[in-house]
Amino acid sequence: MTTADVRSRPAAPNGPEPKAESGARLAHRLFVVRELGILLALVLLVAVTFGVNQRFLSAQNIKDLLLSSTILAILAVGQAIVIITRNVDLSVGSILGLSAFATGALFVDNPGTPIPVAILIGVALGALCGAVNGGLIAAARVPALVVTLGTLYVFRGIDYTWATGRQINAADMPREFLRMGNATVLGVPVLALFAVAVLVAAGFLLKNYRSGRELYAIGSDPDAARLSGIAVGRRVFFAFMASGALAGLAGVLYAARFGTLDANAGLGIELNVVAAVVVGGVAIFGGSGSVYGAALGAVLLTTIGSALPVLGVTPFWQRAAVGALILAAIGLDRALAVRMARRLRGGKTRGN
Amino acid sequence: MATDTLVTPARTAKAGPPAWRRLFGSWDAVLILALLVVVLVASATIEGVGSPRFYRFVALEAIPIALIALPMTLVIITGEIDLSVASTVGLTCSVLGQLWYLGVTSLPLLILLSLLLGAVLGAVNGVFITVFGLPSLAVTIGTLALYRGLAYVVLGDRAIADYPPTWTQNAVAPIPGTVIPWFVLVLAALAVVFGVLLYATPIGRSLYAIGNNAEASNFAGISVLRTKFWLFVATGAMAALAGVFWTFRFASARADNATGLELAVVAAVLLGGVSIFGGRGGLVGVIAAVALLGILRNALQLADVPANALTIVTGTLLILSVVGPNLVRMARERLRRRRPATTLERKPS
Amino acid sequence: MLPVLALEGVDKSFGAVAALRDARLELYAGEAHALVGENGAGKSTLVKILAGVHGPDTGSVLLDGQPVAFGSPADARAAGIAVIYQEPTLFPDLSVAENIFMGRQPLKGLRRIDAAAMRERTNELFARLGVRIDPDRPARGLSIADQQLVEIAKALSFDARVLVMDEPTAALSGVEVDRLFAVARSLRDNGAAILFISHRFDEVFSLCQRVTVMRDGRWIATDEIGNLTVDGVVRTMVGRDISALFPKMATEPGEVRLQVDGLTRHGYFDDVSFTVRGGEIVALAGLVGAGRSEVARAIFGVDRYDAGQVRVDGRPLRPGAPPAAIDAGLALVPEDRRQQGLVMELSIERNATLPRRWALSRLGLLFGGGERRSAAEWAKRLQVKAARNTDPVSTLSGGNQQKVVLAKWLSTAPRVLMIDEPTRGIDVGTKSEVHRLLSQLASEGVAVLMVSSELPEVLGMADRVLVMHEGRLVADIPRDQADEESVMFAATGQRGAAA
Repeated sequence: MTTADVRSRPAAPNGPEPKAESGARLAHRLFVVRELGILLALVLLVAVTFGVNQRFLSAQNIKDLLLSSTILAILAVGQAIVIITRNVDLSVGSILGLSAFATGALFVDNPGTPIPVAILIGVALGALCGAVNGGLIAAARVPALVVTLGTLYVFRGIDYTWATGRQINAADMPREFLRMGNATVLGVPVLALFAVAVLVAAGFLLKNYRSGRELYAIGSDPDAARLSGIAVGRRVFFAFMASGALAGLAGVLYAARFGTLDANAGLGIELNVVAAVVVGGVAIFGGSGSVYGAALGAVLLTTIGSALPVLGVTPFWQRAAVGALILAAIGLDRALAVRMARRLRGGKTRGN
Repeated sequence: MATDTLVTPARTAKAGPPAWRRLFGSWDAVLILALLVVVLVASATIEGVGSPRFYRFVALEAIPIALIALPMTLVIITGEIDLSVASTVGLTCSVLGQLWYLGVTSLPLLILLSLLLGAVLGAVNGVFITVFGLPSLAVTIGTLALYRGLAYVVLGDRAIADYPPTWTQNAVAPIPGTVIPWFVLVLAALAVVFGVLLYATPIGRSLYAIGNNAEASNFAGISVLRTKFWLFVATGAMAALAGVFWTFRFASARADNATGLELAVVAAVLLGGVSIFGGRGGLVGVIAAVALLGILRNALQLADVPANALTIVTGTLLILSVVGPNLVRMARERLRRRRPATTLERKPS
Repeated sequence: MLPVLALEGVDKSFGAVAALRDARLELYAGEAHALVGENGAGKSTLVKILAGVHGPDTGSVLLDGQPVAFGSPADARAAGIAVIYQEPTLFPDLSVAENIFMGRQPLKGLRRIDAAAMRERTNELFARLGVRIDPDRPARGLSIADQQLVEIAKALSFDARVLVMDEPTAALSGVEVDRLFAVARSLRDNGAAILFISHRFDEVFSLCQRVTVMRDGRWIATDEIGNLTVDGVVRTMVGRDISALFPKMATEPGEVRLQVDGLTRHGYFDDVSFTVRGGEIVALAGLVGAGRSEVARAIFGVDRYDAGQVRVDGRPLRPGAPPAAIDAGLALVPEDRRQQGLVMELSIERNATLPRRWALSRLGLLFGGGERRSAAEWAKRLQVKAARNTDPVSTLSGGNQQKVVLAKWLSTAPRVLMIDEPTRGIDVGTKSEVHRLLSQLASEGVAVLMVSSELPEVLGMADRVLVMHEGRLVADIPRDQADEESVMFAATGQRGAAA
């Protein structure tokens, strides 16, 4: 009897969990609450700003707001996919820059290129960059933060080398392409429709498909994911490819919206993207959150930028407000998680 | 899960791997070798490289990066990261400039207040990370935006540039008889301080322990959270010192000073062989990496490689620094036909 | 008849540590087969080879008589092998239902996941196991027992030909164990092969038809259960006479060294009071999850506590501060050596001197010499077998790692030594060395508080046995009255029978 544990049958060290049902509902509510919370903050911000100045909700201003949110939102969706797997992609700004310049250069060299082809080429270029990231991370098993910090420099460097100080102007691009950057359908900018399409597709995939759920599993516990037979490397690879492809798409839309392109497009935007994702309730260490939250985070950050001047705050406060918002968001997530853990542990407390 | 034997088998000799392997295997040695090769090749082939003036420029450019890289190395060794350093530089510059603009004319007082400000900013990071238990990556992305934002709040788009010429000249003044900036001596002294702290004090020992296993460190009586807190404070103060240098070197305080510098610092630290997961690496490699990147950048500039394209070199080196050793290790393991237990990715604390 | 699954001559090493040497196993359809052996005998490694987590260095895995190479856990699963690990491997952020069906979720049109069907099937599985867990709640926050039940449901969810259960019952209640066994029997009767790993012989004898015994990574014997007795199996496992294992000498207890009054941490333990005198070895016994380790951790200051006080040599100890505990003369050898006791990547030298880093420094500086000498001295005293003291401790065997942990704490010259599961996962020889060491420390006047789940160790070593049940201290049994029965009765909360 060397090893028999000191224990016997009839005792039940952990009683049945009377709180299981309410615990689940609580968890559900908290998840929903997280996205509703951002939405609420957004509505509140818009309402207050509207109260101060009715023109804030003029058709033109709404259009501008949606347009400026579009690119950040698309990047945030891609970034959310990556962060859910407990990785991070810092190279999205550089991929965007590369893709935007490539689009411009494509039109300069082949003026007759159809717009869908240009979009496809931009997306493919982004996917290729993402594949480089994902390949290095999955095959050589190196941390994503380091690899994508490296490719942030490399992709931007390629962009610089290619552009060599050149600037591509609106005049170099087809008029229909630039019109796409400004056109609206029923008052909604076409570019924003791209973002909505991307968002809905990504959200649908992540929620309803095995591969999508596996991304959450990987971020939740990479070792357990491997033990349960998930092809972790392949999934992470595709997550980075998706993020790259979306950054590529954002690059094309950037070209359409701004018309003027040099090698600096999207410089430094990666931290804004991560900020949007974090504000949107995606846990920085993976496993939870949604692309909807991330996109809402992007819209909220953009709205703050345009609301502050209307509220009479100097635009210089904008960054500080964003920073404070990030800290508040992660602090709130932490507090909610602690509360939820306590509630779920529930009846375990003995004594008294 | 492991079976026990009283005698560890399969180790015949008492001696370790041969000396050349140990040296070659050390990333520090690889970096120093690369540094020497770059210096020699560049001096021989590119006009202007190797001249005293060249090194003066390299030094002036590298000083702020190196100043911040010293504490950042320690932070990353404990498994954390501070991305807010460049914003701390920017905010320090702005406050320094504004204080001068408002009539504070005592240089020692200005420097003291700047360092104090940096320490406070670092302490704010530290409180969020150690008291509230939030991940440093997310916190310092937040304070990156917050501190830079506050810099804009303080200074707007103004630039404060009317400092006494003696201040700005003294900042970049050479050591008498040479062209090397005297501030290099300050940097060297601080490097010694941080080096001793890391390699030859009980605190240094605990930093490696924390980075490898914070829980076991706690069980061994190390105050993990307190240690991390003070590292963030030190990082803030050092970033502030870099801010003071930056202001006087360029004779300009602007809210956007040193934008993006955090990535350059992190890149240098990681290239220097410090593991992003903590627990491995040291200052020798990091200092070599800062020098290597600085010299490479300036030398290629002299060789008329467009400045911006040089980022490719930085990025490639960074990727190679992590991918290279991993591929070598994986190949070696495959050779031995010994499959490791599923690689454990360290869970963030 | 061919075995469904077999291992032949399998060797497996991790670095310098040979975990398996010539391991053998044959599993037939329709049998429940027990695998027994001491901690560290290589059972878990064997399981991981069956599960495709590790590949064997030499030897082969045979499926229906054909050699197979599982490249990954997915391969093993595809071959019909389901594994319930000792430690649950759940995804805390995902729902219980998703945890069970990850990668195999039921689908509807357009290959979408059919969440309703998934919930339905999860409820069916839970009904089979007779448990009530909401399929939609996240796995985070589940008790260990519930986590284990989810693992079991997961294994049941794909109709496995081979079901491997690595100590599945450690955290389960009696009712839950009975249900699990009913399910296992019905699987067995339907032709599945079951490999059952347990330290509980009553379970082994009630469920299994054959038993395989392993020792030190080797196959020792396989036999029909009808030919075996519990004593015979234990003798085969240990490989020597048990009575020779525990050399505790009688000592005169001295002054009270450690005094714990009303220590309470809500949800973990409640109103725990006891004393330990110099020269005494006091065992803290109880079921897994009774709160024993938590008490030791709270005393040492790794965890905070809500009420109560700890005194060392009469002086109150500051709560929540391990450095203060160390200064007061406390030492804690924790339960989980790899995660809490050692920094695996650091050298023997660094690990062995970590708590004394300030004491060894001069003017706050450490140049390695003092650490080297101290580590060398203690490595020699405790006979740590290592090529060099600069090697990472991860290269050592479990027993030698435990010696490094002991060296680390004994070098601080503790007045009170708390040691949690002192011999878990180490070989028999080192085990008795550790026991002799504890006995010697006690005779030198150290107060020893030993948390142990091994009843023979508790009965053989302790001057007094404190028993905990559901977070409360329920019995204080002196050596001459402590036997299996009295300790078990107290540990299961049957108060009347205890002291």
